[in-house]
Amino acid sequence: MLKDKTCIVGIGETGYCRKPGSGMTEERLQLKASVAALQDAGLSGAEIDGILAFPNVGKSEAFAANLGCENLRFAATIHMGGAAPLASLRMAAIAVATGAANHVLIPGGWNGYSGARVRQTVTTDKNSIPGGAIAWDYYLPQGLTVPPQWYALMARRHMYEYGTTHEQFGAVAVAMRKHAQLNPGALMCGKTLTMEQYMASPMLADPYRINDCCLETDGAAAFIVTSVERARDLGKTPIYIMGAAAGQPYPADEITNRADFHQTGLTIAAPEAFRMAGIEPADADFAQIYDCFTFEVIQQIEEAGFCARGEGGPFVENGNIELGGNLPINTHGGLLSEAHSLGLGHIVEAVKQLRGDGGERQVKDAEIGVVTGWGDFGDGSIAILRR
Amino acid sequence: MSEYNKPLPGMDGLTREFYDFCKQEDLHFQRCSGCNTFRHVPREVCAKCNSFDWEWVRSSGVGTVYTWTVVERALHPAFVDDTPMAPVVVEMEEGVRLLANMLDCPPAELEIGMPVKIAYEAVTEEVTLPRFRRA
Ligand SMILES: [Zn+2]
Repeated sequence: MLKDKTCIVGIGETGYCRKPGSGMTEERLQLKASVAALQDAGLSGAEIDGILAFPNVGKSEAFAANLGCENLRFAATIHMGGAAPLASLRMAAIAVATGAANHVLIPGGWNGYSGARVRQTVTTDKNSIPGGAIAWDYYLPQGLTVPPQWYALMARRHMYEYGTTHEQFGAVAVAMRKHAQLNPGALMCGKTLTMEQYMASPMLADPYRINDCCLETDGAAAFIVTSVERARDLGKTPIYIMGAAAGQPYPADEITNRADFHQTGLTIAAPEAFRMAGIEPADADFAQIYDCFTFEVIQQIEEAGFCARGEGGPFVENGNIELGGNLPINTHGGLLSEAHSLGLGHIVEAVKQLRGDGGERQVKDAEIGVVTGWGDFGDGSIAILRR
Repeated sequence: MSEYNKPLPGMDGLTREFYDFCKQEDLHFQRCSGCNTFRHVPREVCAKCNSFDWEWVRSSGVGTVYTWTVVERALHPAFVDDTPMAPVVVEMEEGVRLLANMLDCPPAELEIGMPVKIAYEAVTEEVTLPRFRRA
């Protein structure tokens, strides 16, 4: 069992931007975040002996050579898109718990705004995601080319089966935007969003409007996993990994033929993580849910077990997921209103909250937080963290 | 048809076989010879019984709308002039689902459960794409 065997000890971010772009290579961005994480942890690059690089944007060899990781003995890349950082956290915890590594660095970052956009990479490189070849042969020729269109298929079916509404999608968008007003680093800090404005937002891939979509962003973040003993020796409040798991929908490389159309990787991963942690979803003080699009928050709330399937729409209403609500979600503003940090921002924010460094957006007395990741055609990952 | 600039399937292996049937205006799906389970998209092995034995079987070509999205703003340059367009997932009589556009149904008139039948559109000399019409 992995429960409470490992900790997150360092977090780092570059800050996020859109226009005019970061002006840095994706490698330099991620190195900046990595060095910030090392400094936050009080570690040197030479102490990093494990690196789990994000798919397509970095190689462990290059991180090691730049950071002086002379004893790199554990390196891998997990191909789960936005679910990769938490799947990597789980793999790092396994490695540290079994002695395969002592300090594992997990970086990620990109020029998602000023560089190649996802809309381009998924239609020009059939290997950019594991299901890319199937999309190439069976989706792209029919004009289904990009993630909001793929996931809109799921969202519409959910609306049909469970009566989920546009206003409920809007409640997610508005909550994320409210939280961003308390985060000076959020791209949407200073730009409020009302439900009326949300409902007037142009349709992109019905049922998704522009305001249902995350922010294409330049920026990077990183974190470090080590043993509980080591974490206690370092200066910062250790953040314990109580539970972690990853999973895939079936089949993971093709969306349209799933027998259970609402299944995601989280459907498999969440029960394992909560069992490992020995807590119930209701025990969480906050959740950072990968919000590539609004409905994916509703879907993951359900599949993670915060409510039953079909009840995610009502769950997000009436401020329930806002600060002060029953389950504050994405206290930093998420991918929708802070920045698209490949999901690393959700982990960084969870650590800040559990350290009590949340500033104006601090969840009072936060002790346990849940973080999820979502990638590709619905891969899922989850971590349950405590201070 | 030489100026067709939209994405085309990779015409090799089982995908080529699938689209070659479409070119003959014929829809076929793989059916496992071990357990008679239909499958789509084409795969090497039956996921139910792991048999490598299968055959192409003619589809009845009819099904019902399962879900769809309406692309109001294309994020691929080749489809900009086609919006609004609605890629539709259809649950076929054989149990598999096939994604294709409707030829005769404006997006606003789509309904889940709507009966549809297969149609075809030859987009290049080599490639004919499956489409749907109202049944
Ligand atoms: Zn079979």
